[in-house]
Amino acid sequence: MTTIPPPIPPRDAQAAAAAAARFAAAAPADVRYAELETPVGVVVAVITRKGLARLDYEDWFGGLDAVLEDVAARLSPRILRGGAALDPVARELDEYFAGRRRTFDLPIDWTLVPAFGRRVLRATARIPYGEVATYGEVAARAGSPHGARAAGNALGANPVPIVVPCHRVVRAGGGLGGYTGGIERKQRLLAVERGEQALFG
Amino acid sequence: MPLPPFQRFLDEQRDPVWRFLVAAVGRDAADDCFQETFLSALQAYPRLRHGEHLRAWVLTIASRKAIDHHRARRRAAVPVGAPPEVATPASEVADEETWRLVRELPARQRAVLLLRYAGDLPHRDVGAALGCSEEASRQAAREGLRRLRDQIGAR
Repeated sequence: MTTIPPPIPPRDAQAAAAAAARFAAAAPADVRYAELETPVGVVVAVITRKGLARLDYEDWFGGLDAVLEDVAARLSPRILRGGAALDPVARELDEYFAGRRRTFDLPIDWTLVPAFGRRVLRATARIPYGEVATYGEVAARAGSPHGARAAGNALGANPVPIVVPCHRVVRAGGGLGGYTGGIERKQRLLAVERGEQALFG
Repeated sequence: MPLPPFQRFLDEQRDPVWRFLVAAVGRDAADDCFQETFLSALQAYPRLRHGEHLRAWVLTIASRKAIDHHRARRRAAVPVGAPPEVATPASEVADEETWRLVRELPARQRAVLLLRYAGDLPHRDVGAALGCSEEASRQAAREGLRRLRDQIGAR
């Protein structure tokens, strides 16, 4: 005899998937993520034990895989999908887009943000709902009166848009300036805060 | 290749790990061993420097869990009579019986057949996982399959 047929492996993809789901639900991951639907598109929410570390527009950052690979390299590769810890993120975003929430209570994980960026983003978080400030004003509040450009860079690197409302920072001359996720989203978020819900059907 | 996010690793390796464990310890014990395998993998994961040979790596962990399971079972009091069986589709009964015979083979042959045919690991990686050459892995597989054929043919 030349060949001997090997034994056939147990075929049980459903049982394997169920076992993997049980594992993912309970395992002690460092990072958990979810894709959340919002009126401004799908966002990838990434949380650690410290708080919300990332909120990325999925179409802007290169998709879910790109977001998770970046997080694996910079925070921890121990990343799993879902988990109850993400529920408050989804709930607060829903409330915000429904016009029922003006400030976010979610803790933020600032690990990925350098010191100056943190000052800029904390100053940004204090701009009241529905109002705007200029890049220069935010820079001054962050302790860098001549740093409008640096503040713009820090806002462009905001890892948690919407929650830290960098869409409320605009140009001194009246222009909107840039936005991570595209200028259209900035316009829509400002419209939400003006109570113009009808825009998004 | 960089280390993938653990979720992707889990998605990609869950099927071979599950099949390996069902073959190595049987269906009843497979889930406990599966949970322990991926828990150990999660704990050790950040120490990996790259994403190469992840299947061989996780199947090595699964092999240790299977060995631990068999050791613990030998230590425990063995109930008289057959253990309770989980309902299994008739078409799979023959395969399960074959894997039960695989579990009785000498250690090297058993390990090679489980890794190669239940874990779907290439012989090169089987050899690396067991600390032997690719040719030694092929040789052990041939011997194991021959012995299996003789046993099945003898009944």
